[in-house]
Parts: sequence; C-alpha cells; structure tokens
Amino acid sequence: MEALLKILTNLHPEVDFETSTDLVDGKIIDSFDIVSIISEINDEYDVVIPAEEIVPDNFNSAQALYELIVRLEDE
Amino acid sequence: MQRNILEYLEETVRKYPDKTAFANESMGMTFQEVSDASRSIGTCLLKKGYQKEPVVIYMKKHPHMIAAFWGAVYSGCFYVPMDEEMPAFRIDLIFRNLKPRAVICDETTCEQMKEFRDFDGEVLLYDEIAGESADPGLLGAVREAAIDTDPIYIVFTSGSTGVPKGVAACHRSVIDYVENLTEVLQISEKSVLANQAPLYFDACLKELFSSLKCGATTYLTPRSLFMFPVKLVEFLNEYKINTVCWVVSALTMISSTKTFDKIIPKYLRTVAFGSEVFPIRQFRLWKEALPDARFINLYGPTEATGMSCYYEVDRDFEEGEPIPIGRPFKNTEILLLDENNRVPRPGDPGEICIRGTALTLGYYGDHEKTDEVFVQNPLNPYYHERIYRTGDIGMRNERGELVFLSRKDHQIKHMGHRIELGEIEVHVNRLKGVRSACCIYDKEKEKITLFYTGDAQTKELVVSLRKTLPRYMAPNLVYALEEMPLTANGKIDRVKLLNMAQSKKI
Repeated sequence: MEALLKILTNLHPEVDFETSTDLVDGKIIDSFDIVSIISEINDEYDVVIPAEEIVPDNFNSAQALYELIVRLEDE
Repeated sequence: MQRNILEYLEETVRKYPDKTAFANESMGMTFQEVSDASRSIGTCLLKKGYQKEPVVIYMKKHPHMIAAFWGAVYSGCFYVPMDEEMPAFRIDLIFRNLKPRAVICDETTCEQMKEFRDFDGEVLLYDEIAGESADPGLLGAVREAAIDTDPIYIVFTSGSTGVPKGVAACHRSVIDYVENLTEVLQISEKSVLANQAPLYFDACLKELFSSLKCGATTYLTPRSLFMFPVKLVEFLNEYKINTVCWVVSALTMISSTKTFDKIIPKYLRTVAFGSEVFPIRQFRLWKEALPDARFINLYGPTEATGMSCYYEVDRDFEEGEPIPIGRPFKNTEILLLDENNRVPRPGDPGEICIRGTALTLGYYGDHEKTDEVFVQNPLNPYYHERIYRTGDIGMRNERGELVFLSRKDHQIKHMGHRIELGEIEVHVNRLKGVRSACCIYDKEKEKITLFYTGDAQTKELVVSLRKTLPRYMAPNLVYALEEMPLTANGKIDRVKLLNMAQSKKI
C-alpha cells in the first residue's frame, strides 16, 4: 500500500489518497494518470492490469486499486 | 464556386434532412435541427448588432455547441470555442486578448461567467436563442456581402511567452482543407465517426466537416471513456463507428492494455492518427486486430488549417522507425529550408514550411508574432507569397516521402497536445517562492518534468499551477532543486536535467 500511495502522490501531491473515494467520478484523475498508474504498478508490483479490470470501480480509491493488485498477485 | 462553409450544411440538409448529424450518448441532432438552430442563432446575433467580430462559444461538449459554431458563422461573426474544463485563469487571458462582446453559454457555463472579471459583454443562453425564428432576409444579406477570406473561427494554441495565441482561419482555407481531407479519408454519407479531440481545437474539424460536407454522422465520445479501454471499444461497437481520427495516445491506450484480446472495434475501417509518433509495436497490434482497415498518418499545424500532409501506411516498419508523414494534400506544397533558407540536399534535414491556400490568417491581434512565422517565400523574390514556417524539422527519405524529425525549439507534443514548455515555465515563475524553473520533456516516458528552485512547497506549487494551466499542460513530475544546473554560458542545462529525470537521480 505504501508504494502505491507513493505512486499516486507523485502524480497528484495535492490529493489525500488515503481518504479519497471518487478519484474517477470526481474527475481527480484523468486518462493521462490512468496510463501512468498502470505502467508504474507494472514496474513496482510486476502486475499487469488486464484491460477488463481497467474500469472506474477499480480506480476510484487507492484502497480499491490496492485490492485489485493483491487479487492479481494471487492469481 | 463555393465561398462559404455553410454551403456544405445547406447542401447536406437538402439531401439528408432527417439523418443524425451530431450526437452524444443521450441525444442527437439531425441536419435539419442543426440547420434550424444555427439559423436562429445567426439571426439573433444579427438582430443584436453583432457582426464580423469574435463570438465566444463557452459550453460543455455537446451537439448544441456545434450548432452554436455555425450560428456564429451565419451572422458573419467568427466563433471562438472554449471549454468548461479550461482553467478560469486561461479563459481570462483569452478574454483580455479577444475583448469579445458576446458569449454563448449553456445552463452550466452561464453561472461560471460571473467569475471572469475581464468580460463585460453580453451572455446569451443557447436554449433561449436557438429557438427564435430565423430571418431569411437578414441571413441572405449577410451571405451576399460575405467573402471567402472572412474568418470563421479562432482557436488558441500554446504560446511560449505565457499567453496563448489565437489562430484565425477563413472560409477559403477551411474549404481547401475539407475538400482534400474528405477525399483522402474517403468520407461518405455512410461514414460514422467518433470524435476524440476537444471542440476547442482545430483537430475536431475532421469530424465536424465530414458530417457537414458528406452527411456523415459524428458521435462525441465522452472524455471519461478514454480512461477505460474496454468501455471505449464497446462504445465504438455500439454506434458502429467505422472511422476515427484520433491522437496516437488514445489509440495506444487501447492496444497497450491488451484490449484486443477481449474485444475488437469490429466496424472500424479507417483509422487516421497524428500529432505524435506511433510506436511501431503498438501500431502492429492495431494492424493485426484490423487487417482490412486503412491506417493513415496525418500531419499539420493549426496555422495551416488542421492537416497538411498524409501517408497511408502501405508497408511494414521496423521498431523505432518513424511512420512517414508522406506527402502534402493537393493544392499544398511543403518546402524544406535549411538555416540559409536554401533547399537542403535530398536526405538532409530542413525546416518544414507550408505554401498554399490552406494557410490561415495568422494570430489574431498580434501582427508581430504573425510576421515572425508567416513570411515571404525566400525562394520567390518576385511577388507576395506567404509561407508558414512550422518550426518542425523534417527530411525526405529515399522514397521521396516526408519524415518528421524534431522541433527546433521547446515546443512538444504531449498526449496529442501541442505545448510550449516556455508557457509552463512562465506560469511557474509567476508563483511566490519560486526562484527559477525549467521544464523538460521525457519523450520515452511521455512525462513533462518540472524542476524549480526556491522556498515554494511542491504540494502548494502543484495546487496553484492547476488553477492557471490547462490539465494537459500540468507537469507530470515536479522536483525541487537546491541549485539549477547551468551550462558554461550560464543558461539552464536542459540536457543535464533530462539525464536527471531519466535516471531518477534527484
């Protein structure tokens, strides 16, 4: 989780990712960010997020994103 | 001879009155509805005394916004598109430059107008003016007097001094562009397009005029879909989209996430792309997914009305090899000129300069900047002939195709947007607690990286920057430095900064 928060905070130092739950719906992150997040997660966790998992629900909060990573790591 | 872009609309509405022209996920406007609304808006502007002047269209991305564009043109005015997501600071800058007397808004943006202190003109509400009855006599008189070198629109592009430049284009150059573009893309009434570009850039002319001239249908793709590749392809399939003209980053977002393993945009037959280099590995994924589609690389600056060159991909490319920008549209010539304004030898680089009717009118209200880049053709000492110096460096390969090589200044292409790094730096330098600032672009990682010195906190700096810069210009990475590295001449050492960014040794 630490590493993920660091990735996100690097992109948006102004956002509190521990509490935000509307990153997509609140237009806080955009398509530039999604592409960066996916590639940095790949570098950091060696996890490839498949296309069908790139959906708003998985990107609305750091928690949801972290749960996705853990799920993909287990598979 | 056609003199006015509205003749496209008038011809198409005769042929296909009930066909959908512009639509989004929840509504669509037929050609008849577009025609009625724009004639009403044109009449209303005329009755209020607006003519031959900029009319700002400040609305959320919607088919109504497009009808408002043609409404302004019907009145003999020129439209200036602005986006609800543009930061207020930038809109204020544009208002100051333009001094418009009228702005057309929708319900949402109408409220925001109060924030702009530099605007003291009239705010018109789309819903109120689009329903008024049109006055054919009034509209006819304006048309009769109009000439084809009158402006149609002004779109703003990044300026290195911190102030965006407004490029004004006239009927003649747009008609020249539209005729050639629709021929190259083979647009017909059967074409169904999904627009990606914001309506405040000239890039959207590809779709708008494909509809206007040929009776094609254009869907405005919701911006949020460009974050979610599977949903995006589902959208393309739902509306049976067969033609897209997108920036490369929108296409690679789909291919790089392996979306094609799940779903194929099965109706797509024409994929035009541009504004950036298409990485060959990603291009191949597209080619494999759509073996029968035509892939066309487009190249051109806003200053020459949209696109000037095209190349239909007809062979394989090695990884790392650039896809050529090919050859100019008909009625356009590309000159390559070296530092001494001479034509370089075949295979040698030169600045890409454009000659032809497609040249725009230059920068609105700024003769000085216009004269810097719209210049007399140095190869022609005999009569007045303007060329536009793009600042792009290109060459001709052994096949005679044009290839883009680089820029001669600090302008970059980032996610399809044209950005002057200098403009970002001006905004940073303006902030309290910043001593010096420099932006570099890491092409490999596609990241704008900002370095600064001073007491300003990174977090506060990012927050204030987002208030003044459009989203796409916001630096992706920000680093505070103790000292700015300098070259022997005392200039900021950009090469060293780039190395620092790439090695992450900061």
